[in-house]
This record gives sequence, structure tokens and C-alpha cells, in this order.
Amino acid sequence: MAEIANPSVSIQNLSLNYGAVSVLQTLNLDIAEGEFIVLLGPSGCGKSTLLNCIAGLLDISKGRIFIKGKNVTWEEPKDRGIGMVFQSYALYPQMTVEKNLSFGLRVAGLPKEEIAKRIARAAEILQIEPLLQRKPSALSGGQRQRVAIGRALVRDVDVFLFDEPLSNLDAKLRSELRVEIKLLHRRLENTMIYVTHDQIEAMTLADRIAVMKGGVIQQLDAPQTIYNRPVNRFVAGFLGSPAMNFIEGQLEAGDAGAFTADGVSIPLDRYEFDKDRGSAGKPCVFGIRPEHVAFGDAAKAMPFTAESAVEIVEPMGSDTLVWTKLGGRNFSFRVEAEKTLRTGDPIRIGFDPARASLFDTPSGNRL
Amino acid sequence: MSKSERPSRLFRNLNAKVASIPMILTALVVFVGGTAWTVLYSFTNSKLLPRLNFVGLDQYYRLWATPRWLISIENLLIYGVISLVFSLVIGFILAALLDQKIRFEDTFRTIFLYPFALSFIVTGLVWQWLLNPDFGIQGVIRRLGWTSFDFDPLYNSSIVIYGISIAALWQGTGLIMCLMLAGLRGIDEDIWKAARVDGIPMWKTYLFIIIPMMRPVFITTLVIIASGIVKVYDLVVAQTSGGPGIASEVPAKYVYDYMFFAQNLGQGFAASTMMLLSVMIVIVPWAYLEFGGRKRV
Amino acid sequence: MSDQAVSLSVPSGAAHADALGPSGPKPRHIFSRRNIFLYGTLIVAALYYLLPLYVMIVTSLKGMPEIRLGNIFSPPLEITFEPWVKAWSTACTGLNCDGLSRGFWNSVRITVPSVILSIAIASVNGYALANWRFKGADTFFIILIVGAFIPYQVMIYPIVIILREIGLYGSLSGLVIVHSIFGMPILTLLFRNYFTSMPEELFRAARVDGAGFWGIYLRIMLPMSLPIFVVAVILQVTGIWNDFLFGVVYTRPDTYPMTVQLNNIVNSVQGVKEYNVNMAATILTGLVPLVIYFISGRLFVRGIAAGAVKG
Repeated sequence: MAEIANPSVSIQNLSLNYGAVSVLQTLNLDIAEGEFIVLLGPSGCGKSTLLNCIAGLLDISKGRIFIKGKNVTWEEPKDRGIGMVFQSYALYPQMTVEKNLSFGLRVAGLPKEEIAKRIARAAEILQIEPLLQRKPSALSGGQRQRVAIGRALVRDVDVFLFDEPLSNLDAKLRSELRVEIKLLHRRLENTMIYVTHDQIEAMTLADRIAVMKGGVIQQLDAPQTIYNRPVNRFVAGFLGSPAMNFIEGQLEAGDAGAFTADGVSIPLDRYEFDKDRGSAGKPCVFGIRPEHVAFGDAAKAMPFTAESAVEIVEPMGSDTLVWTKLGGRNFSFRVEAEKTLRTGDPIRIGFDPARASLFDTPSGNRL
Repeated sequence: MSKSERPSRLFRNLNAKVASIPMILTALVVFVGGTAWTVLYSFTNSKLLPRLNFVGLDQYYRLWATPRWLISIENLLIYGVISLVFSLVIGFILAALLDQKIRFEDTFRTIFLYPFALSFIVTGLVWQWLLNPDFGIQGVIRRLGWTSFDFDPLYNSSIVIYGISIAALWQGTGLIMCLMLAGLRGIDEDIWKAARVDGIPMWKTYLFIIIPMMRPVFITTLVIIASGIVKVYDLVVAQTSGGPGIASEVPAKYVYDYMFFAQNLGQGFAASTMMLLSVMIVIVPWAYLEFGGRKRV
Repeated sequence: MSDQAVSLSVPSGAAHADALGPSGPKPRHIFSRRNIFLYGTLIVAALYYLLPLYVMIVTSLKGMPEIRLGNIFSPPLEITFEPWVKAWSTACTGLNCDGLSRGFWNSVRITVPSVILSIAIASVNGYALANWRFKGADTFFIILIVGAFIPYQVMIYPIVIILREIGLYGSLSGLVIVHSIFGMPILTLLFRNYFTSMPEELFRAARVDGAGFWGIYLRIMLPMSLPIFVVAVILQVTGIWNDFLFGVVYTRPDTYPMTVQLNNIVNSVQGVKEYNVNMAATILTGLVPLVIYFISGRLFVRGIAAGAVKG
């Protein structure tokens, strides 16, 4: 991980426990100016908790939080220079959109002209000018979320926090707003921290993704790195849909080593080991993504090939997922939608072990 | 498909209909029938026994010319305003305090609510004792040396209804607090977070955001308090029996006394019809707002 | 600065500030202004609510001479249980001098059948309304709910006539019927809402299996609705035990429930006022609902919230 010289947000040794229950464990995270960071993980992993700690909505047990070089560990949320967007929008239902945007500013005692200027700018950026006099109940979900973003926008802050902002929307609207948030980031160039459990949002929006589990950041990297070189079996399994194929077996000694499981032997001479490979006979898990598996003639050119039979065919529209068996395990791969395969058809599959991932079975860590 | 095979509509869901007979009887005979009967007989000059001898609005003219009824109405209004305002304000404040993630929340709630488990008779008798001028609060403070201290609401005609209201508030505020607390707990946690990020002080958050959001809870609570106010009876009987003189009479007691003691049923019916009317003024608009717009009962 | 150095400089557990500025939780004083205001107000309010209970208990344990001389708030110098004994077994109402015990047993004889009957009727009603909607059912239900708001005074006399016609006026059975009638709106609402919230599939599956109206009620709905029955029992026992108006209208002196008898004992004009006996009698009358309240805790709150918010 490269050092970040002047981090916009810096979290140092942050821990949070409720009694004996540890929710966040000694987290360290530096976020660069203008960076879009996504905190990704299953529910209960601590991602929203971490965001609430950054916002100052939760008291931390240990550690420090810096925003723009200023220690804000003990500051109130309003003094931290953050704006926040919530999953449930959290608009004040009895106020018009304009009042929703202006309420915090008026309480802070800003001059009227300044408030008007900021609202005009936010409304223009988010294209909510026609909605200003409406109440939230008269808005659609997408419009409400825009107003919620607007409320963060008018605060004129350095850091934006998003707490699963799109989970309450339907799939179509979600993908539309995803693009808008990306455009917003490009236009504002603010630091943004975005919590989600949706891997597509994470992959598409993030400069870097922090994958979390059990209150610990498992991996913090660019989306492609996380996708192609997951540091452990959890990250490998959590990202990617359809999910990565896993085959359990062990390492075999040899010239360059190989992975064996239930009658299959996969040569590992092209595999780039992370650390020392360990001894022969070491139990490990071999993982390969369905889209990295070649089929038919293309498979012949691959360093590893195998013969098998089709078990189930799942057409997905854009392509088709085919299920077969490899090393005694269910194994899936993608083929073009035009291919017509039937259950029982004999097939040849192949892949390049360089694109695979190998994990130590006991620890789950990448080898 | 022959028509004769289709079971008669009357016999469909027959068991459910049979099982609902008590409900149907109660609704039709007691609630609708009983109310209509009383309203009808309020236009007669029934004395000891109900008699269908119509005298028009005579009973109502007499009612509104009776000082005891006028005092009853005045008392009900004072008692009503005090109950509404103070139980809403105190109930909301207590609920808001309990909502601050405090320690011993359950203990405090248990203490605030226990009087609600007690009957109005018990409540009235306890407060009659506490407000006893010789031995109660007034007596204790006078014996401490402040001999001119005056606090004998139950024995002073001009403030007796306030003395009754104190007891009523003691008994009923816990319920309002519970309703308000349920309302506060129903508010999205994110609203509070958003207000904190916006830097809105807590009292402003309550005043401008939370209370407006709790409008339905307030309206429902208002209806509950209001319908309880009109029924007030036991409390007065236990605390003062309407005294001193007739200074703490209330309409419900007027009805009971005229029906069962004064043997003037017509007056009792007219007075109870007036009570019904006042409840309707509160309930009908509420029911219209609550159930009229949406089809949801 | 390396991470290692930072973590070493932070002592575990405690809020801490050094060259890098504050770290860990923001220090909060137990005696902050906010806490003093918050807990201060709550404690003062709690004392106000507890005061009458305290005075009741203290007074009931004193002898009359001590009451005349002393302070109602001071604890008894000499504890005596005589007022309790007297309240229970020899206090007089009119000509009867057998204490509150008679009222207590009358109340038991009124409350038990009333609770059982009203809950039985209302649960079946609620079940019929939730699962077997027949034409017109909702109309009756709305009448029932609106009826809950009608002042009892309007319906008192017609019920007197009905009870007199069927020969139950003045008897305990008559009062049981009255309680069942007036308990119906809220209980029916309670059960209807509960049964409506149960998965519809359960009911459909049972129907497909051939179970009828009573079969589904007894074998599927009843076993699954224990919590709501408990709530209903709490609601009804306290409500019926505390009733005064129906007791005084529909019973005779020898069948008076406890509340009516208590009022007659305390507010009787004859004789010397025995405040200690009065308070002992008052506590005795309030004991049943209080015990239910303290045992049931959250269920009681749920009961009144369900009964009140939606009623």
C-alpha cells in the first residue's frame, strides 16, 4: 500500500466495542483527497458502524480520526466538515425540499443570500429545481435520494458519507443513480466514502474498495486488484457473480508444483505465488472465476484442460452459465448465449492457472 | 352448472356468522339500539319509569336551565383543558427524557405508569387523603411553621376541580407517556442522525422535526384523552362526591344521579344525549380523517 | 510516525490526548449538565409518582393517635397491622360489618367469568373478522369500534331494562354480561389485528387440509396466539377489577364489587374517620391490579398500547 501524503480522512487504530463485543478492531485507513472509497461487506461486518464513527454519530472506544489534517475524534458531527446521505433518505417529512436543504444552514446562522446561493447551486447540480416547493411525500424514491444528496451538498463540505444510499430503490433506478453519483464525484472532486453491500456499486464507483468482515478490513485495493487477486477466500467468494469456483485439495511437490484433488491435477508453474508456497501435501483451495474458463476449441490452447459432461444449463440472457463437475465439485463456467448445450453433452473445458487463486485451507489466505 | 346447486348466500360461512352473533347483537342491540332508545326517550317526560310521552325539547330546556348541569359542564371544560394540556406536555416530556438512552429506563417507566393500573376509586381516595387539610400536605407544611399556607383544593369550591385534575393527571399521564414513547421509538433513527450532522440543536429537532412527524400519534392520543375526559365519574365520586355542595359535579354524575336517585329519567336521558353529542364532535372528524381517506380499519 | 508508535502511545480503555490530539471516546462526566438535568427531572418526577403509594402504605401501618399527631410523610413509629385486619374483616358499610373481604370475593366472582367470557367471545370474533370475512362483517365491526367511544351513560339504562327482562338485573351474572359487552370492542380489535398479522398461507393450508371454522380456530389459531391472550387477560383483569360504574349500577349491596364497597367504607358519613383503615382498604383494593402490573411488566405496556393506540 502506498503512503498517502496528505490524507483527506485518516483513521488511526480505531476500535469500537460494546462491552465485550468488538465491532471494529484496530482499523487503519488513509483516504486521499478526492478519492472515492467504498466500504463493502455483508451485513453486520461493521461497514456502516465505521461510517457512523467517521461522521461522529458513534463514540469510538480507541484511536483517532483526522479529517483534512484536523483531529476530529471528539468533535460534534456538524463540526467535522462532512455531509451524509442515508439509506432511508431521512428527509424531514413536514418541510418542503427547499426547507430541508436550508434548515441546517439557517440554524447555523448563515446569511440569507448565501443560503439562497448554495441551494440554487445544489438544485442545479442535482436538477431538482422544479421540486423545491414540494414535500418529500410528493417525491419519488429517486427524487428523494437526490434531495438527500442535496442536503449534504449545501453544507459545502470536504467529505461526503453515503450510507447504502441506493438500497431502497428498485434495480433500474439504482443503476441510473449510480451513474449520477459517479458524475457528481467527477464534477465535485470531493472525497467520498460510500457504504454498500452491493458489489456492482462497489466495482463501478470505487477508486479503492475496502472489503470488510467481522470489523476488520480484509483487503483495501483498486477494484480490479480485489477482483483478480483476492487476498483470502472470503474476499474471493464475496465478489463476483456468479461466484468463483472452489475446489478443495492439496499441493503436490514437483518441478513447479501442482494442485491435486479427486483425480484432477492442475499444474501451477504459471501461478504467481504470493508468499512461500509451503510444503507438499498442504491442504488448500483452488479458485477460478467462471468467466476465466474456456470451453470447446478455445480450451485446447489452455495450459490445463479436462473432459466433463454438462449437468445443468442456466441461460442468463447475455450469456449462459453451464454447470459441470471438476475434482468432484460443482463447477460453473460461462459460454456465449448462442451456444446450445444440453444436459449430458460431453464437453472440454480449460483455463490458465495464472488467472486462478490459491488459498491455504486452514487460514483462507492467498498462497 | 345448475343454479340450484349453488348454496344459498345465507349459508356460506355459516359457522363464522353463528360465531359472530354476540358481536352482531352487541353492535345492533346495545350500541345502536341502546343509544337510539336513550336519545328517543330524552324527548319524553319519563320520571320513575320510561314512558313514551313526548314533550319535545322540554328536558333539554330544563337541563340547560339547571345550575347543577351548568356547573357540571363548566367543570368538565376546565378538567378537560387541564387534562389535555398537562397530560400531553408532561407525557411528552417524560417520554422524551426516557428516550435519551438513559440507564434504568424500565424502572422509571414502571414508576410513571403504575398509577394507571389503579382504579379511579383508589386514585381518588389516596388523593383525598393527601389533600386532607388537617393531616395532608397543608397540615404538614403548616406544622413546619408556615401557618398561613393554604392548599385545600378539595374543600374550596372555587378550585375543587383543579384538585380533582391533579389526581387525574397522576393516574393518567403514564399512559400518555407510553404512547408518546412508542411514537418516538417509531421515528427513523436516521432522522436523528441527519439532524445531528446538520448541527440542529436537540430542542429544535424535537420542535421542528420530531413533533410534526408525530402528528398522528398526537391526534390519536388526543382522542383517547378526550373520550376519557367525558367519562369522568368514579374519580369525582371517590374524591369529593361532587362537593363541596355541587362545586365538583360532572355530567356523568348528573346522569347517574338523575336516573337512579332523583327518579327523573327524562333528565338523565337528555343529559346523556348531550354527552354523546360532545363525544361525537370529537370522534366524527377524527374517524373521518383516520378512516375516511384510506380504506383501513 | 509509524502505526506501531501510535498504538503504543494510546493507553488501553481511557480517553487520551497527547501531541496528536484527542483519541478514544470523548470524555463524558457522570455529572455533566445534561445528566444532572436529565436524571434530576426524572428522579423528581418519579418521587412525585411514588409519593401517594408511600403515604398510603405508611398511613395504613400507623395507629390513629399517631396519625392525628404526626406527619403523613413520616414513617410509622410503631408498626401495626391492625388497620389491615380491620379493613379486611370488620370494616362497616351500612349495616354489614364484615369488611372488604366480601367485596373482594364478589370481585373475584365477577372478574373470573367476565375475563373468560369476554376473551372467548372476542377471540372468536376477531378470528371470524380476520379470516372468514363475510358480507356485512366489517359494518358490525365498525359499529363496535365507534361504540367503544360512546359514553356508557347513554347505554346504561337500556341495559338495565334488558337485564330486568331476562331476570339478571342485580345479579353477578348480569354484571358479567355487561363486562363482556363493553370489553368486546377493544378485545375484538386486539384479536382481529393479531390474527390478521398471522401468515395467510397457514390458514389456507389448513383449509386445503379440510379443517373447518372451529377446527382451524382450536387447533391452529389458539395455540399460536398465547401472547395476545396474555395481553388480553391483563387488560381485562385490570379493567374489570377497577370498574366502579357498572358495579354500582348493576349490582345490589350484597353483590357489590370491591371498588364500590371500598368507596362506601371510606366515604361513609357515619362514625369516626379511621384513616389508617381507609388506606389499608385502599391498598387492598389496588393490590390485584398492581401485582398484575408489576409481574407482567412489558406485556402490560403492550396491552394498553395495543388497546389505546388502535382503539
